[in-house]
Amino acid sequence: MTSTLSRRGFLKSSALSGASLVIAFHVPRRAEALLLASGPKHPLPAPNAFLRVATDSSVTVQLAHSEMGQGIWTTLPMLVAEELECDWSSIRVETAPAAPAYFHPAFGMQMTGGSSTTTSEFDRYRTVGAMAREMLVRAAALRWKVDVKQLRVEKGFVVNGEERLSFGALAEAAQALPPPTSVVLKPASQWKLIGKPVHRLDTPEKVTGRAQFGSDIHFPGLRTAVVARAPVFGATVKSFDATKARAVAGVEMVVQVPSGVAVVASNFWAARLGRDALDVQWELGPGQDVDTVQLLESFRALATKPGAVALKKGDCDVALSKSSRRLVAEYDVPYLSHSAMEPLNCTVRLEKDRCDIWVGTQFQTQDQATAAKLTGLPLDKVNIHTTFLGGGFGRRANPASDFVSEAVSVAKASGVPVKVQWTREDDTQGGFYRPMFLHRVEVGVDAKGFPLAWKHTVVGQSLLAGTPFEAMMKDGIDESSVEGVSDSPYLQGVGAKLVTLHSPRTPVPVLWWRSVGNTHTAFAMESMLDELATAAHVDPLAYRLQLLKGQPRHLAVLQLAAEKAGWGRPLQAGTARGLALHASFGSIVAQVAEVSVDEEKRIRVGRVVCAVDCGLAVNPLALEAQVQGSICFGLGPTLHSALSIKQGRVQESNFADYVVLRLDEMPKVEVHVVPSKAKMGGIGEPATAPINAAVANAVFALTGTRLRSLPLKLA
Amino acid sequence: MKLVVNDKEVEVSPQAGMPLLWVLRDLLGLTGTKYGCGISQCGACTVHLDGQPVRSCVTPVDSVGTRKVTTIEGLSSDATHPVQRAWAEVDVVQCGYCQSGQIMAAAALLARTANPTDADIDEAMAGNICRCGAYQRIREAVHRAAALRASR
Repeated sequence: MTSTLSRRGFLKSSALSGASLVIAFHVPRRAEALLLASGPKHPLPAPNAFLRVATDSSVTVQLAHSEMGQGIWTTLPMLVAEELECDWSSIRVETAPAAPAYFHPAFGMQMTGGSSTTTSEFDRYRTVGAMAREMLVRAAALRWKVDVKQLRVEKGFVVNGEERLSFGALAEAAQALPPPTSVVLKPASQWKLIGKPVHRLDTPEKVTGRAQFGSDIHFPGLRTAVVARAPVFGATVKSFDATKARAVAGVEMVVQVPSGVAVVASNFWAARLGRDALDVQWELGPGQDVDTVQLLESFRALATKPGAVALKKGDCDVALSKSSRRLVAEYDVPYLSHSAMEPLNCTVRLEKDRCDIWVGTQFQTQDQATAAKLTGLPLDKVNIHTTFLGGGFGRRANPASDFVSEAVSVAKASGVPVKVQWTREDDTQGGFYRPMFLHRVEVGVDAKGFPLAWKHTVVGQSLLAGTPFEAMMKDGIDESSVEGVSDSPYLQGVGAKLVTLHSPRTPVPVLWWRSVGNTHTAFAMESMLDELATAAHVDPLAYRLQLLKGQPRHLAVLQLAAEKAGWGRPLQAGTARGLALHASFGSIVAQVAEVSVDEEKRIRVGRVVCAVDCGLAVNPLALEAQVQGSICFGLGPTLHSALSIKQGRVQESNFADYVVLRLDEMPKVEVHVVPSKAKMGGIGEPATAPINAAVANAVFALTGTRLRSLPLKLA
Repeated sequence: MKLVVNDKEVEVSPQAGMPLLWVLRDLLGLTGTKYGCGISQCGACTVHLDGQPVRSCVTPVDSVGTRKVTTIEGLSSDATHPVQRAWAEVDVVQCGYCQSGQIMAAAALLARTANPTDADIDEAMAGNICRCGAYQRIREAVHRAAALRASR
């Protein structure tokens, strides 16, 4: 039902559209098959996406990415509408199925992460809109028998002098035309939507309870399962007695799966009671020996020895010995849970010849491949229905597909359609954490206190080792462990530098967590910068400005944050400022935090001024929300959040002991965007990274106490 | 057992001790009310009983009695409650998972305190966690909702 219509491999599918215009970007099927056979690691060369213009003039945009709060449900349609010139109110949004057509343009698999959606889709989604517009205009020109040059497009109509035709009236005719082989995109000066504050399109369903998240999936015959999982990482089921569990009203089945024992019931509450009544004996294995206090001490010992080399220039040890002064500091951060508001869940309906999976996921391709392997079905018989995600933060982008593979296993073992619902405790204790890290930083300075030698040893688990992404590691270096150190702008002019990495393995599963390695590298770098400034008796801002000479973008961001925060101007008694700058995901962020300490020595952050250079800000309203949210997400671990493990058991379980930021602790965040012509960067994560250090530096300015361990505690 | 949910009388047969949350979600299909923690820590499950905000995850359905249950689905028929309108104007939502609870908590606050201060908002809303960190806009939107209510 499809035909190739251009050399560039754009296909137009009438099967999907009926009497409407469908713009589809596909690579030819044969190429798809070849690329699939070579595995999801290899990126497809051609962009894919589509939109549908219906006879009622509605424009439906298919999202290749998951909406998890970041606002892509609005931003991607903005890109289409900018070029299509449709009426904004005619936009409808759908999530795409899992298919190669929707592979991430840069990463070669369908996924959402790395603060990369807007940057990677900026051309593709605009091009889709431009192609559709051009076909509609040509259809109108044929109808009116006029030259396309005398036509213009306005809010969903093609206009010819006094006459006009709606997109809907032209959709059928446009559908019959060959798509253009190339289109010209508007210059920035003509943008009507891009760069303007645009309100979210998903608000109506999200303020009425209609928005469907994975946990809201319901259909006749669907059961709910709760799984008893290993009490320590890597433990396996030795035996279990389900007698009492089966006696619980509503419990239908108890089945063993690779991750544990699943209680399948008619509803969640029954499944939960059933699990409480289960008696499972576990083979604990080496996971029972994990102790985070001991682990941190072992990291400390490792840090005194050089690891795999991530960056080397000159002879650091010689330069250190010649320095007029040496500063040494260690910084550490704990394991963190993502703790998205929606506890993990996944719904699976497995039939003889197909498998349907409803899930809020960031990793469709990986999840689909995992399910195909487990069920023995071909990839195209595994249908991933991506729902709204009740937060992702990286936890729903798991190379191990843990919550999906488990649900498929439960469906297989039980033979019924089933939703596996994790409890909050399951979610907190289920692993795949931001890893614990320790940095040892030794800096030799000149007579004025500026660095001559920088020796930096990073210790912490690799996110990539042991996953299908391990091939991304080079010479033993997982870049995500050292990002923000080895590429730090502060180190550019330092004569001798050595950044090395130890990546010890532990039984604790780890995963990317909003802003990934930058969460700890920014803390170490920006704390050390502050310590150096203090030792040099130089103002922390002036010290950084001096080191960043020759980095105009960084300078501009830092200066803007300082200016808006009133850096150097007096504050009310009992309050102090701290600053931090960090670049990640192609964007540069500087933050000035204002901090006070209450009678119980609790740190209060009253105000955060944040300056950002992310290149083009496509939707400033969404950008502001992402920056506010990122700072909030970072402040939880700055002040409270930490996981501890004793005898292999994660000690924290719910929001009572895994403490996150609440509304009464939310600072007033002011967001300032540097007008920039630089290449577009991401904005979902970069503002998370610097807040730890900005607050720690403010605490030092206020109290004279240097806190080098997260969460920051004065008492 | 009879319950009055969103001004309608419904008949349900839950097992003893089942929290109201799961009666709403699993037995009545009202999935707007969310499960977040199960121990009254996050507020995602907030509903009203006779106008008072309660955490439905720790409210045994047996204890509801004749009190009227209002969920997000029953707050307004067409998203025109001042809190919902303010939420849209201020562009509060991100992932949206906590928002039913946030909105129900805010509506209850405004019903008892027409013009809340920041301190009132902190006190009433600190029990509702938002992991996306929409707190600043939530605060702004509660003030906005108060203004919308006053001008009604």
